[in-house]
Parts: sequence; structure tokens; C-alpha cells
Amino acid sequence: MPAPPAIEARRLVKRFGATTAVDAISFAVEAGTVVGLLGGNGAGKTTTIGMIMGLTLPSAGEVRALGVDMARDRYRALGRMNFESPYVDMPHRLTVRQNLRVFGRLYGVAGLETRIEALAADLALAPFLDRPAGSLSAGQKTRVALAKAFINDPELLLLDEPTASLDPDTADWVRGRLEAFRRDRGATILLASHNMAEVERLCDRVLMLKQGRIVDDGSPAELIARYGRSNLEEVFLDVARGPAGEGAP
Amino acid sequence: MTPRSAAAPFSPARVGALVTRYVYLMRSSWPRLAELVYWPAVQMLTWGFLQTYIRAQAGASGVGSAMAIAGGTLIGSLLLWDTLFRCQLGFSVSFMEEMWSRNIANLLISPLRPTEFVAALMTMSLIRTAVGLVPVTLLAFWFFGFNLWGLGFALVGFFLNLVLTSWAIGLTVSGLVLRNGLGAEGLAWSVLFFVMPFACVYYPVGALPPWLQTIAWCLPPTYVFEGLRAAVVGHQLRADLMLEGLAINLGLIALGAAAFLALVDSARKAGALLSMGE
Repeated sequence: MPAPPAIEARRLVKRFGATTAVDAISFAVEAGTVVGLLGGNGAGKTTTIGMIMGLTLPSAGEVRALGVDMARDRYRALGRMNFESPYVDMPHRLTVRQNLRVFGRLYGVAGLETRIEALAADLALAPFLDRPAGSLSAGQKTRVALAKAFINDPELLLLDEPTASLDPDTADWVRGRLEAFRRDRGATILLASHNMAEVERLCDRVLMLKQGRIVDDGSPAELIARYGRSNLEEVFLDVARGPAGEGAP
Repeated sequence: MTPRSAAAPFSPARVGALVTRYVYLMRSSWPRLAELVYWPAVQMLTWGFLQTYIRAQAGASGVGSAMAIAGGTLIGSLLLWDTLFRCQLGFSVSFMEEMWSRNIANLLISPLRPTEFVAALMTMSLIRTAVGLVPVTLLAFWFFGFNLWGLGFALVGFFLNLVLTSWAIGLTVSGLVLRNGLGAEGLAWSVLFFVMPFACVYYPVGALPPWLQTIAWCLPPTYVFEGLRAAVVGHQLRADLMLEGLAINLGLIALGAAAFLALVDSARKAGALLSMGE
């Protein structure tokens, strides 16, 4: 019997007043894979992630994460998943160690101090482990946010533009850590990103979103071949604007 | 790795984790700690000297007992009002710390249940109130000979009622801020001052016009301040007032909890929780 999908969305809809942000999308994410949600601003990526976490209630349809209906019973799954986004911060006045202690205890992590030391070594946090989180650079904050996202060793990791505002060197380093986490943990990762190089490098499969709908679905190589392009960025532009560029912003 | 308590419906460990977060925050800044004591102390000294003056004038001019009674309860009323205000502020400000630091989404996608979040906020409201007011009650005794702790068992009734009222208001304010964003944060500082004139903090209910007295008796703090005047002036323990106040408070807490949960649900429907603090 095949393993149940890590994420399963069935005709998922989210409306905000007259605006339909997510329009009856259905997809399943196999356990242990890395899937990218790719789309322009307002395509519905963050809203979809919000519904997968149970933080946003769907207007219609159903979403299950780790087999749990996230609109109704999300606490059965939340301890086994985690989330990272540059748009969500951690308390600035607390030190990195204090922040990790608080989140480790919220997730009921056993052997917490050992876990924090291991994450500090893995993510090179040791030099600033006892500094206030608010005093760190953007790159350091991203590493701390990743440590928080890894603290419970999640089976399912949701990432919303994890390398936004990072310099290329730091962004490359972060991608390397995500690859290592996926390889070592066998975790499922859902990644919303505008960065095509990142999606090409990390993702086994890409869901192309436009105006709340899934308009294409495949591996980066399949999508590039299907559109007859040389890279995913060109595919993205084709999808966003149409092949003739009629939808240019 | 299997989290130990992630599936528990109510986990004291998670409540403790969040309380630890707020204690870390308090410890990180001495001005924050000093501010907890500063305003209650300044208020108490101001009203304390006014009370001393009124009592002296009432005695010297023979104006009679009304002035003496009014003057005699000023410090006690102030300390109990500050208990209500600081306790509500302790609840609401702890909640808003999560909004100010844009950390709320991190908490809401963790295994922390709303009931645990609220329990941590209640704990912090007690801690912040104790840090702010215990030193001020000692100052009141030192400067003016007013011993709040001497009220004994009555103080338990007063405190219990005021804390429950503050939590009911804190729940509603926090829910409104969660639903509407930080534009609603001013409510945390202002909402109790709307209640103040009708709660008869510094004067008896009889001082209000009859139609306002009906409104006053719907507010649990009114029972506390009437009870305080009975205790300080008449040396009476009015258990009836405390029980009536408690009954209204239980209704208010149920309403506050329902409002909080409904507003959380409404924020989830509106998709507001991922953009909080921005």
C-alpha cells in the first residue's frame, strides 16, 4: 500500500470578499519530496500555505497535512510540522538561545539543550547564540529562523520565500542546509518562492500558480522541456504573461 | 523524534514555555521593570497626599464625616483600581508583545492551544501586577500608614473579582487586536477608563443619578469599591457584595472567552494571521 501523501488538497478555495485568492485547487504532495509553489505576486501561494497550516480557513474544499484535516483538527499535526518565513519574526529582545528554548518547549522537544547545541553547530549559530535576535543581520536571522523551523525535526516543513532579501552567498548556504535537512530527515518540504534558481535546485516538482489556480505541474526539467525554454525563469514568464507577453505587469 | 507533549489537549509545559518567554522579556530590560512600578507609585503618592490634606481639612473645619470618609478611602480605591488596570494591561500587553515582534504566526502554528495561550497571559497578568503593585502597597503603608494587606479576607474577595474582570476585558481586547490588527491596540489602555465613572471607584454608588446606578450595579468593580468603603469606613466584610460581583464576573469571563475564540476564528476566516504586525 502506498504511503499517504504528506499534503493533500481537494478543490481548495479561499475567497476574500469578492476576490478569489485560491480557486478550487487540488494537489497531493508525496512524503519525502520537495515541491515548489511558483507564481507571481497574488497568485495564492501564501494563502495556500496558510490553509495547509490551518492558520487560514478555506472557503470550500479540504486540505490535509500528515493525514489530518487542518481546518478542523490541526493540533494533531502541528507538532510534526514547522514553518519558516522572512515575514514572520522571532522576539527581538530574547537571545537566540532563549528563543530556541521557548520554541523547543512549545514543541515538547526532548533533550532540548543538546538539540540547541546540535542546531547551533549545524547552522553556525554558536557565535551569536547568546545575542538578542533583534541585533542580528538578515542572514543570521534566517539561520535562526531555520533553527526554529528544524527544532522539532519536522516531517513536513513549509517555507515561504526562505531566501528573500539574502545575498547570493548566504542564500546558497541556506539552500545547502535545506538540501541536507531533506536528505538526512527524509522530510517533505513545500516551498513558495520567486527565485527560479532556488526552485530548480531544490524541487522535485513544481506547481505553477496563476490567479489562484494551478496552471501547470511537473518537475523543473519537464516544465522547461514542455515550454521549450532553457530555464525555469523563462517558463515562469511564459506562464505569468502568456507566450506572447500579453500579461506583462 | 516524537514530541513529548505535542498531542496533549492542555499542557502545563507549553503554558510554562510561554510564561518563560515573557519572563525573559521582562528580565531583558530594566526600564520595562521600572515602568511597572513607576506609574502606580506616582499615582499613589499624588492621591495619598490629597487624602492626607482632605482628612486634615475635614477635621480642622468640622465639615463632617462625608469628607473624612471620601478622603479615607482614596488610597485604597486607587490601589484596587490600579490592580484592575494593571492586571488587564498585563494580559493585553503580553499578548501584544507577540504582535509587536511579529511572532504571533510562529505561536499559532506551534502546538500551543488557545487555552494554553490564554493561561499564559493570565499568569503574566498576575506576575506583572504583583511586580508593579506589591512595592506600592508597601510604600502606601510607609508614607501614609494605609495597610491594604490589613483588609485580610476582604482583600481576597476584592482581588479575585478585579482579576476576573481584568481577564474578561483582556480576552476581548486581545481578540479584537488579533482580528483587526494593531490599529485596535489603543483599546488596551483606554477601555477601562470608559468603565471608571460608572464603577464608582472614588465615590459611592448613591452619588450617581438613579438610572446610572442600574448600570453601575451591572459592573463587577462597583461591588468591589462599595465593599472597600464598607470595609475601611464601616469595618464590615460585605460577603454579599463579593458574591454578587463574582456571579457577574463568571458571566463576563464566559463572554470574554467566547468573544476571544470567535475572534480567533474570524481572523482565520479573514486570513489575517499570517500578516499580523505588518
